[in-house]
Amino acid sequence: MTAQELSWYALWGATALYAIAMVASSIHLARVADAKAAAKGKVRSAVGASSAGSSAAEGDAATTSARASAIPAEPMRTKAAGIAASTTLVGAVLQGIGVVARGIEAGHVPWSTMYEYTITGTWVAVVVFLIVQRKRDVSYLAPGVTGFAAIALGLGLTTLYQASTGLQPALQSFWLVIHVSIAIIATGVFTVAFVATVLQLMRDRREDEPVDTAGASNALIRWGRQWRNANLRLLKRLRWLEGVPEPEKLEALSFRLHAVGFVLWTFTVMAGAVWAEHAWGRYWGWDPKEVWSFVIWVIYAAYLHARTTQGWAGRRSAYIAVAGFVALLMNFTVVNLVFQGLHSYAGV
Amino acid sequence: MARVKMDNYAYAAVPRLGFVGWLRWIWRQVTSMRVALILLLLLALAAIPGSVLPQWPQDAGDTRAFIDANPFWGPLLDATGFLDVFGSAWFTAIYLLLFASLIGCIIPRCLVYWRELRAPVPATPSRLDRYEPTTASADQEPREALEDVRVALEGTGPAPWRWLSGYRVRIDERSAREGTELALSAHQGHLRELGNLIFHVSLVGILLAVAAGSVLTYRGQALIVEGDTFTNAVVAYDSYESGALFSEDQLEPWTLSLDSFDAQFSLAGAPTEFTAYATLTEPGQEPREVEAQVNRPIQVDGAKIYLQGNGYAPVFTVTDSSGEVAFRGAVPFLPQDEVYTSTGVIKVPDVTEGEQLGFKATLLPTSSGDAVGAQSLHPSPTNPVIYLQAYTGDLGLDAGIPQNVYQLDESQLSPVRGDDGQPLLVAMTPGQTIDLPDGLGSVTWDSLPRFAAFDLRRDPSLPWLLAAAIGALAGLAMSLFGTRRRIWLVAPATAPPGGAATVVTAAAWAPAHDSGAAEELDRILSTAHLTPATNEHPPEDR
Ligand code: HEM
Repeated sequence: MTAQELSWYALWGATALYAIAMVASSIHLARVADAKAAAKGKVRSAVGASSAGSSAAEGDAATTSARASAIPAEPMRTKAAGIAASTTLVGAVLQGIGVVARGIEAGHVPWSTMYEYTITGTWVAVVVFLIVQRKRDVSYLAPGVTGFAAIALGLGLTTLYQASTGLQPALQSFWLVIHVSIAIIATGVFTVAFVATVLQLMRDRREDEPVDTAGASNALIRWGRQWRNANLRLLKRLRWLEGVPEPEKLEALSFRLHAVGFVLWTFTVMAGAVWAEHAWGRYWGWDPKEVWSFVIWVIYAAYLHARTTQGWAGRRSAYIAVAGFVALLMNFTVVNLVFQGLHSYAGV
Repeated sequence: MARVKMDNYAYAAVPRLGFVGWLRWIWRQVTSMRVALILLLLLALAAIPGSVLPQWPQDAGDTRAFIDANPFWGPLLDATGFLDVFGSAWFTAIYLLLFASLIGCIIPRCLVYWRELRAPVPATPSRLDRYEPTTASADQEPREALEDVRVALEGTGPAPWRWLSGYRVRIDERSAREGTELALSAHQGHLRELGNLIFHVSLVGILLAVAAGSVLTYRGQALIVEGDTFTNAVVAYDSYESGALFSEDQLEPWTLSLDSFDAQFSLAGAPTEFTAYATLTEPGQEPREVEAQVNRPIQVDGAKIYLQGNGYAPVFTVTDSSGEVAFRGAVPFLPQDEVYTSTGVIKVPDVTEGEQLGFKATLLPTSSGDAVGAQSLHPSPTNPVIYLQAYTGDLGLDAGIPQNVYQLDESQLSPVRGDDGQPLLVAMTPGQTIDLPDGLGSVTWDSLPRFAAFDLRRDPSLPWLLAAAIGALAGLAMSLFGTRRRIWLVAPATAPPGGAATVVTAAAWAPAHDSGAAEELDRILSTAHLTPATNEHPPEDR
């Protein structure tokens, strides 16, 4: 078997395993949700309808105490969780083989084309997830992360695949390795952070009350409210969201991941400038790729600020983080494919 | 946040605010966190058109074409700065406001930080119940136990490091319901705040370095044919631009000779390596051999010379109708595609008699044949063929308007025709001489050297920029990964009678994203030889 075939089969294998992991971890999440609902029911019947009990619980959620968050609830074990964990792990190992084999085949680090960026980036996302998972139970992120990885990898293998070629002179640089590898790692971290943020928003919005549509002063506002209520109904139907931690905890996790991603992205932009200075004689030229790297950086900086700004902490800052990830995807897709620039010779 | 209200009350309040009051109000708005946030979002939004629309500084040709193709939107977008976003008034306004806000924000924060550093640590809260306290027992005297904890909290290592990364601790004796007690309060978080300040100050540094660079820089482009020598002077550059504070007398007259240019291509024709071998002679110094590759510029006199492009520059000899040599030299051809199909123009104004001559030529480095319609198969000069079209008439060089050397102004030229009356198109190979019809003269293709295009740039701000960038990165890491934690311990002032262990109540606090505080407390307690009481953790309810 050639390195090329090995890479190809390993990556397809990983895609299939991630798909299985996504299904299994979703089932697990639903089980957790059921168990929590059942436990809550029990507590409620034990405490009775006493208002004291419920207000104490609310108070707990509001003041985040160091100790409570330090001791995670014993992760629930289900058969589905076992399947999800093992398929994700084996998938990551297979994907690792696929990525390395691609590198050997190409004769350089496997991240110079969109295809290579995709296979390496999704791999980093899964590995980041596995690393966080070792420290604490974040299995609720698994459906999002493995689902994203399966889809991105599948798309990469079917539509982006390109036989490997040698590197162009401008890409032969130590700074390519540094700049792009850190960019990929940052992308992987942001991906996991994005999953946490989306869960945070879904979980948060789920607690909303429907708004009155009749009282809207004009049609636009009425449609807006109807749209909001429709989303709310959908979210309320997603019972598996019960299995996800409360928004405050997700926010905390998402911030930590975003913080890591932001530092890495800052480094990416700076290393890119150093590389551009070496290769093109200017460190910054507002090439489309540079514009978008800057836009991404500024959006995430805005997110970090919003977290500590009155009226923006929580939900609104989470939306900014989502915008950051959308920009990240834009940078990788639309900007690569549509806009011309110096970076375009990195190949599609 | 104050809002401008348009009701009577607000109007009434305006005069009392006064001019200075207004200024102060505006300043407060500008430096508020919310405005900073909005400016950041605006900055991101404003940058996007710069990647979607063609931009003058990046690609003038595309921009011109865009304006011509869109008679309504083109000029409108141009006039409103959308075709030069990063130089436009509105983009500049956003980032200048942002930096005004930033400066207005960090100066007071630096002062507060300075004061906080010297202020005593805030005392322990009178009740720790809110912070989910645990208890631990100590065999030592209460005071000794707390002193041990203090040592554990302050950490080890050199003093400045301890001061930054460790806890600052105070121990008070105070009276409580159960009698006198000792309360220890420990704060950590200087590293975080310091990092944050370094980060924001470094951002200002980056802006200043970029601004300084733009006025102190110069850059030029020059094209050197193998065997030729370039002298560093404004006239020698094909294009030259410099910042407002750089004067041309500062150019040092070194020379650069291109000895040879090595271009490597794969079998499929993809470029693998370009190397320019050159000799650099600086005034008063021995000539030295230098090499430039795409990622490896040549360094000279604080400037860097980048290899930017390359191509072929065939050497021609043209004789006129009287048999005199009217032109001899290398003519750079511009590569048009990956296989270096290159086009160039030969202008022969100095004929001894008759009309001026002009030629349009296309070079195929590895031609698939020498018939019309042949293509180049590879960028290397394996089977080079040049297709030549000749013109006679007036080249239009006397009008005094600088001409593009890569284009022939055909308005006053007429093509030389062959026997069939069609414009003549001849194929030639190296060394060949073509006689033009009607005794107009001849063209000889002597040789096929390569040229290298260099981009030279001097920017003395680069080290400063790098330093500011590194500062920003380090500050950012400190700010985001540094912890902000509080630890409190309370113990009765005197050990319980009868040799029983002292019971210490301990609690920790940290922001929600930091889940390590409780573990740290446990670690500190065990370092100080306190035994944590086996406390039952409340099971999580959600
Ligand atoms: C030039 C644009 C700016 C950028 C890129 C930027 C970036 C950042 C970043 C990355 C952080 C770290 C967030 C964290 O520790 O969680 C931060 C924190 C902070 N920034 Fe900025 N900043 C900028 C401008 C400003 C301005 C204009 C202000 C003042 C209004 C400001 C005030 C703050 C404050 C107070 C914090 C600390 C937040 C906290 O952690 O409590 N920044 N900034």
